Amino acid sequence: MRTFGSSDFWYILQAVQWTVLLSIIAFIGGGVVGLAVALARTGSSRAARVLATGFIKIFQGTPLLLQLFLVFFGAPVIGFEVDPWTAAAVALTLNAGSFLGEIWRGCIEAVPRGQWEAAAALGLKYRDRLRDVILPQALKIAVPPTVGYLVQVIKGTSLAAIIGFTELTRAGQIVNNATFEPMVVFSIVAALYFLLCWPLSLLAGRMERRLAIAQARG
Amino acid sequence: MNYTFQFGPVFQAWPLLLHGTWMTIQLSGLAMLFGLMVAVLCAWGKTSGPAPVRALIQVYIELIRNTPFLVQLFFFFFALPAVGVRWSPYTAALVAMTVNLGAYATEIVRAGIEAIPRGQIEAGLALNLTRVEIFRFVVLKPALRAIYPALTSQFILLMLASSVVSVISADDLTSVAATLQSETFRSFEIYIVITLIYLALTLCFSYVFRRIHDRYLSYPDGRS
Repeated sequence: MRTFGSSDFWYILQAVQWTVLLSIIAFIGGGVVGLAVALARTGSSRAARVLATGFIKIFQGTPLLLQLFLVFFGAPVIGFEVDPWTAAAVALTLNAGSFLGEIWRGCIEAVPRGQWEAAAALGLKYRDRLRDVILPQALKIAVPPTVGYLVQVIKGTSLAAIIGFTELTRAGQIVNNATFEPMVVFSIVAALYFLLCWPLSLLAGRMERRLAIAQARG
Repeated sequence: MNYTFQFGPVFQAWPLLLHGTWMTIQLSGLAMLFGLMVAVLCAWGKTSGPAPVRALIQVYIELIRNTPFLVQLFFFFFALPAVGVRWSPYTAALVAMTVNLGAYATEIVRAGIEAIPRGQIEAGLALNLTRVEIFRFVVLKPALRAIYPALTSQFILLMLASSVVSVISADDLTSVAATLQSETFRSFEIYIVITLIYLALTLCFSYVFRRIHDRYLSYPDGRS
């Protein structure tokens, strides 16, 4: 046992990069999956709709921790050796995909029906209708809740600590095991998460209010 | 893929699975109850308390909403005992869940309270109701009704997040996995079964919440 020193603080601080990196990967991956899910849910194919709905029900109806365990312990069973880093990235991507998909479906559906019909009347194909007419309008209302969800993604990465990936929370556990000063260690860990998440929360809140004002003006 | 699934040993341990399921229901149910109480109190404080109280509640909400539940759990289980608070993993887990839910639910309940038309409260004052009576009968019930869907989905998120308490060896459904794993070594099968139980719990909770809504909150609101 040793006392908590500046080297311990640096050890925790440098683990922030792994939390940030994992968050970015989960957010980008989740964005791709989420867009697919949102399009499937709003599209005309019944099979795709049912599939996407099932995906959302499963990933929103079970704990993220268990999803992590299933990927981590299940991948070797179907023949992939995964390290905690890959398992965490995959599980977080799928989980974020289900939530972002549901958020974005709402945004796409908020675009008035007449916009779809007008675009179809102009002879645009489905892809052009989406790209040039629907998605630009949906994007405007999607930004605030998406920034808000980014906070959930960052907090979710803490669970990667449980399967042994050394990000911020795990770094805190390691330092705590060596120094046994949980009050100091976990206060620092919490403060670092707070510094990552709070600006995003504030930004999301401000964007939401701005959008509400813009929409009230019509 | 040449892996033979063996669910037998997992299902043989059904009393353990049942126990874990019950513990998760109990823990989540209690945290929902206490968390809602915290939320109603804080929402009241935030909408009609003095400035220092409002500021304090705001700090609580921002701190909890911008840090991971796992870190909050570590704080309650490792950090507080280091300064003299002694409690079991179960109590630490319940307190952490209550504090966590309280923060999220405060914002939800506050939104409901602020949606109550000013005239309703003035009507209450005109009827000579006390402040507490107005809050209880004029504000709280319609407010809870208005935010019921948001509140219950937060409840379900809490139930799912509660799987994390197995990390501090609190007795719950996920901690059953660890026990079973060391006995049967069928970790993949165990996690599949436990994940499915969580899915079933989610469906059960939403069913019960829907029934509660139909029973107590589906009266006409007179505005439509």
